[in-house]
Amino acid sequence: MTDAPIPRTPSLLARAIDSDIFYSFRRSRLTIVAAAIVFLLLMMALFAPVLVVQNPFDPAQLELINSRIAPLWTAEGQKPFLLGTDEQGRDIYSAILYGMRISLVVGVLGVSFAAVLGIGLGLIAGYIGGAVDSLIMRIADVQLTFPAILIALLIDGVVKSALGNHLDASTTLIVLVVAIGLSFWVQYARTVRGSVMVEKNKDYVAAAQLIGLPARVIMIRHVLPNTMGPILVIATINLALAIITEATLSFLGSGMPDTMPSLGTLIRIGNNYLFSGEWWVIAFPGLALASLILSINLLGDWLRDALNPKLQ
Amino acid sequence: MLAFILRRALQSIGVMIAVGIIAFTMFRFAGDPVNQMVAIDTTPAQRAEVRASLGLDDPVPVQFARYFINAVQFKFGVSYQFRQPVSALLKERMPATLELATCATVIAMVFGILMGIYSALRKDSFFAKVLQAVSLIGISLPTFLIGILLIYLFAVTLGWLPSFGRGDVVKFGWWTTGLLTISGLKALIMPSVTLGLFQMTLIMRLVRAEMLEVLRTDYIRFARARGLTTRAIHFGHALKNTLVPVITVAGLQFGSVIAFAIITETVFQWPGMGLLFVQAVQNVDIPIMAAYLLVVSLIFVTINLIVDILYTIVDPRLRATINRPA
Repeated sequence: MTDAPIPRTPSLLARAIDSDIFYSFRRSRLTIVAAAIVFLLLMMALFAPVLVVQNPFDPAQLELINSRIAPLWTAEGQKPFLLGTDEQGRDIYSAILYGMRISLVVGVLGVSFAAVLGIGLGLIAGYIGGAVDSLIMRIADVQLTFPAILIALLIDGVVKSALGNHLDASTTLIVLVVAIGLSFWVQYARTVRGSVMVEKNKDYVAAAQLIGLPARVIMIRHVLPNTMGPILVIATINLALAIITEATLSFLGSGMPDTMPSLGTLIRIGNNYLFSGEWWVIAFPGLALASLILSINLLGDWLRDALNPKLQ
Repeated sequence: MLAFILRRALQSIGVMIAVGIIAFTMFRFAGDPVNQMVAIDTTPAQRAEVRASLGLDDPVPVQFARYFINAVQFKFGVSYQFRQPVSALLKERMPATLELATCATVIAMVFGILMGIYSALRKDSFFAKVLQAVSLIGISLPTFLIGILLIYLFAVTLGWLPSFGRGDVVKFGWWTTGLLTISGLKALIMPSVTLGLFQMTLIMRLVRAEMLEVLRTDYIRFARARGLTTRAIHFGHALKNTLVPVITVAGLQFGSVIAFAIITETVFQWPGMGLLFVQAVQNVDIPIMAAYLLVVSLIFVTINLIVDILYTIVDPRLRATINRPA
């Protein structure tokens, strides 16, 4: 008997580098650039407190003496305000970093809420079927005919009328997350339901039922992991949409207040100075928002193609 | 066929009733309508009087029935901020929105189809690749940023076009139109381009994909074999089959164009229903919000119904599946 060398299991990192998905990532230069931009913006948002010259949310740190300063490289520029300041003496660069934090937090939480809600309802609809299924799917059908932004605006208005018109910033943030979550759940529910209908007739589910596992365990531990590919793609593309929705709500004046501005709020503030020549108040937040959304969209497009078995 | 239309119409009525329940719930339970309508120094007795005159003491089903009967006659109550009937406000604002949405759809269809055909027929040319890249950016930029960019370019820097409002309008009965005056037309350009841009990129991508698909089919190869000119093949045979799904999508999208007009109307201060709705959300004017929801839903549901019925008339294959017993 010879001792055949037992092949060592490659480490997780080695397996990741060797995988198809990493190969397709390396092959696409545009995707690498997009990923780098997303990573850079994420890091800037994450470490914002150490990267800024002032806390733009703290009124005590804003001085009116510093208002309406042009960007550093122009003739009227002043240190340390790299991208200039707005009317309240808020440093635009600092405000963008903090605003991006809010945009990302609302986006990620909103998408997570939508995903949990949609996946849950999709699992229930697909696994139980019958009247529950048709009820959930009819609601989904009706909601799908309305654009998400309209639903989010309505939810926002109803919550305001129930809780009073002047909410503090953190409550507004929660309202935005809920509004976005409730506007985007349908796609997850439909996708998960479809996969569950396919998966639940397979042998492994029958085996799990046979050994007496409860439906809840079968759904979450066994069926759900097999539906995750498309969910990941939808979540990435939805993240861009959720950030757009938050920015739009804030731009329309139904989102984050001026005291705790997100990127959309900054653009709304800047819009007031469009005619007085202070272009930097709006241009840089707009640029930040556009590059964030475009990069996430590019990543989402790539992920969709990379995970699509038809294209491989 | 008739059974299908009836069933489809019943479904639409069901959706409208569901939306009606949501609108009524908002109207009745989100905040106290009486508080919104009276002054702070109103006595409790007067409040009770207002309450009784609005019928808020009746059982909820009775109130719903009354709301429903009124809504069917387009009576949506009185706006809290303007103290005017909501239906009058909506009627005054509706022409502006419909005109804007129609112009945006026309622009989106004309340019979207032309650009789609071009990028399908010359799919390796430089300009076609530029179009693809621009369409990705067009989808990624939020509507309000595009609007602001256009205002900065054409209103602030160049001064060619007005940045807000409708310009001069001409009245026909209760309908107002900006299509007949120079200033009205100039004011219409930027808002309708902004609103139509997303639909335009959508239609362009759709036409391109459909056209590439159709060009591979056998009947096109047969047309080539018959020695028809390229022009006749592309525009006589291929384009005709491409346009059916395009018109469907454009029709279905008309509803969301009206909803997205909310954003465009805010950017350009366009005096339409969308601007009214945004102001209503900010000021918690529930009657306007509920009425807007009902009116927009009605437009959505009607368009969906018409498109579905037209589709079955146009496409005989669908008729076969409908007539087959389920």
